[in-house]
Amino acid sequence: MADTARETWITGIGIMSCLGEGPDAHWRGLNECNPNYDATTFTPYVVHPMAPINLDAQIPKKGDQRQMEPWQRYGTYAAGLALDSAGVKGNKEVLDHMDMIVAAGGGERDSVVDDAIVTGLLKTDDKGRFLNERLLSDLRPTLFLAQLSNLLAGSISIVHGVIGSSRTFMGEEASGVEAVRIAYARIAAGQSDIALVGGSMNAERRDLLMVYGFGGYPLKDDFRPVWERTSESGFALGSLAAFLVLEERGHAERRGAKPLARLATVKSEWAKREPGGIDAALGRLWDALPADAATNAAVISGASGAAPATAEEGEFLAGRGLPVRATGSQIGHALEPQFAMNIALAALAVGRGKLFAPCDGSGFETPSDEALDRAIVTAVGHFRGEGLALVEAVR
Amino acid sequence: MAPVRDKAGRPVVVVTGMGIVTSLGTGIEENWTKLVGGQSGISSVKRFSTEAMRTRIAGSIDFVPVAPFSAPALTERLGEIAGEEAVAQARIGSPGRFPGPLFLAVPPIEVEWDQRTELAAASGANDEVHYEDLLRATAAGQFFNHYDRFVFGSIGTHLAEKFGTQGMPISLTTACASGATAIQLGVEAIRRGETDAALCIAADGTVNPENLIRFSLLSALSTANDPPEAAAKPFAKNRDGFVMAEGAGAVVLESYEAARARGAPILGVVEGFGELADSFHRTRTSPDGRPIIVCMRNAIADAGLTPDDIDYINAHGTGTPENDKMECLGVTTVFGDRAKEVPITSNKSMVGHTITAAGAVEAIFTLLALINQRLPPTINYEVPDPAIPLDVVPNVARDAKLRHALSNSFGFGGQNVSVVVGLEPT
Repeated sequence: MADTARETWITGIGIMSCLGEGPDAHWRGLNECNPNYDATTFTPYVVHPMAPINLDAQIPKKGDQRQMEPWQRYGTYAAGLALDSAGVKGNKEVLDHMDMIVAAGGGERDSVVDDAIVTGLLKTDDKGRFLNERLLSDLRPTLFLAQLSNLLAGSISIVHGVIGSSRTFMGEEASGVEAVRIAYARIAAGQSDIALVGGSMNAERRDLLMVYGFGGYPLKDDFRPVWERTSESGFALGSLAAFLVLEERGHAERRGAKPLARLATVKSEWAKREPGGIDAALGRLWDALPADAATNAAVISGASGAAPATAEEGEFLAGRGLPVRATGSQIGHALEPQFAMNIALAALAVGRGKLFAPCDGSGFETPSDEALDRAIVTAVGHFRGEGLALVEAVR
Repeated sequence: MAPVRDKAGRPVVVVTGMGIVTSLGTGIEENWTKLVGGQSGISSVKRFSTEAMRTRIAGSIDFVPVAPFSAPALTERLGEIAGEEAVAQARIGSPGRFPGPLFLAVPPIEVEWDQRTELAAASGANDEVHYEDLLRATAAGQFFNHYDRFVFGSIGTHLAEKFGTQGMPISLTTACASGATAIQLGVEAIRRGETDAALCIAADGTVNPENLIRFSLLSALSTANDPPEAAAKPFAKNRDGFVMAEGAGAVVLESYEAARARGAPILGVVEGFGELADSFHRTRTSPDGRPIIVCMRNAIADAGLTPDDIDYINAHGTGTPENDKMECLGVTTVFGDRAKEVPITSNKSMVGHTITAAGAVEAIFTLLALINQRLPPTINYEVPDPAIPLDVVPNVARDAKLRHALSNSFGFGGQNVSVVVGLEPT
């Protein structure tokens, strides 16, 4: 049961990744365990590329598409899918008071401009003047807007009319956990009735791979499922977008909306990453779950493949005795939107009453034919931040 | 004793500590003295070459040393300075342990040209350099210090550690409304009963060539370079854009009940918030002004007040032709016949537009106006705009009887947030 008098339903899901677009493509892809990755274009790093999409289906105006870089297009597209799924697309009365929290990265660079400027900076004696002149002549005036982190939310307001409120959280996995947690907490406390929450990632970006590469976190060279990344660890950055429509039960019932699942709890931790830190944090989160959380349940893990976080999470989960699926093995790791994506995939599983197939050669993920009523979703940041959500079937 | 719950039954949220740093200087005292003195913090940019640029001025902060210099490093240091002042004033927690979460407004973080050229040199590419080369050098090298500095959660991680805040730090951006959103998230958490205290910090130290040029390409900046201190002219007919600036504001928020129980200084009450996103355009306001009108009305209603109760408006007041015109339309609509009587000022005329920090910096200035019963002026108001028939407190501060005030923050991406602050009920 939910840990609040005001129950939160998931009434809409919009997802897209290397597996395709929408619930059925993801369910099929997850069961096939045939990861779609690219280990050559962004060498030495491995990424999961976005499946082909028809942008016009959710972003009808070409002018809007042109104003965005890919990560904003993916997010705006997935937000449209979520609104369709919840049956509120174009419903001005609902969109007027729909709250929005986006978990975003941003700063998508124009690599052609950057390449030319860096090349020139190494050769010129007057770096200041050179930089100014090139930026003034080479930057597209609207590029800045396509880079700004809050302009995914801004684009969703413009394209889909979600205007009740608009907030953008930043900061890797933690921002995605807090986006969902705050949206949920606001609904539970009566501060919000309906919220759009999620985010997007374009993994096919050298400028972003560079930032995570500074830390040594992205997976290099050789692809394997996350639990098998023992000698060569790392996350395979994944292009994906995920939005959830979270809605107070009464609000949903009054407009005749059906629940895809119930979001029963969302909690977060900020553990010191010292030996045992992740185990202790996940332990505190797990112990705070409702008493029946582990009945007919499975774990949808956000394990990224990064060391030592994934190994420590694996050890913790091994002690809980529930079947585990790490979606990162198939759709990659997208940091900010990963938690929303995994909650969406958990909702698909409990909605269908069964778990998807394992995708792991280490033997940690085992087949399960048990009835599934609940999914516990984990998020363990590659560097900091832990989160847990409980998603329940509404039957 | 005043009630510890508001009319809606929610915990009353008070401010028990404030900290600020702007181009005017460091700390509440220095900032307030200069603000009511009508001083400008805008100057010619000295940090980098402005050759070939149309705008060569900013409210940059060059008196805070940071090494190695980068936008996130300066932003973090500014946030730290403001946070330290706020926590010290509130006398809350213990050193390294703040008893509540951190809500942090920060600009999006980006790798800078110094790092790109460093990587390019390390790659050994000797003719044309491409990102492929930078990526190869990244993968082969040891650059954890760059990761720690340029990952998006960097500043939040460091400040959460520094202040010992509880739980996951939340880093957020709502463009020019970010500072207000940080305070709003803190207020909401206390109203939900999740915490008795919150540390809300907003900081921006991003005056660099690329950002100056970006805003310039959007035609948002004043080009009145000489003299710099006269460039920011909110509400004046000859206004020609905003002046980019740096700064930070921090507040310690507490439930009134908890603050009173521990005998904390009660500086003021955060009475209400309003917001409504604008779906019209990425950088422009709906021509009918509805989003900002509803935003202001929502804030006043959330405070349990009516427009008649508002004694002062701290405007978003950027000094762009469009913003000030639309804000005037909004204020005129919300306040009706009273609009001409409610003083409205823009401190951006003095400190410039501190972008991410502005909402917090201005909420603090608004509260200082209430505490001191004195209105800071809007300077550089030499040519009145007949289309803006408002009392902008031109050029000279004046005393006033103030009880409740409204502060507006509007940003790119349709971000609109208004906050109502008041004095502690007696």
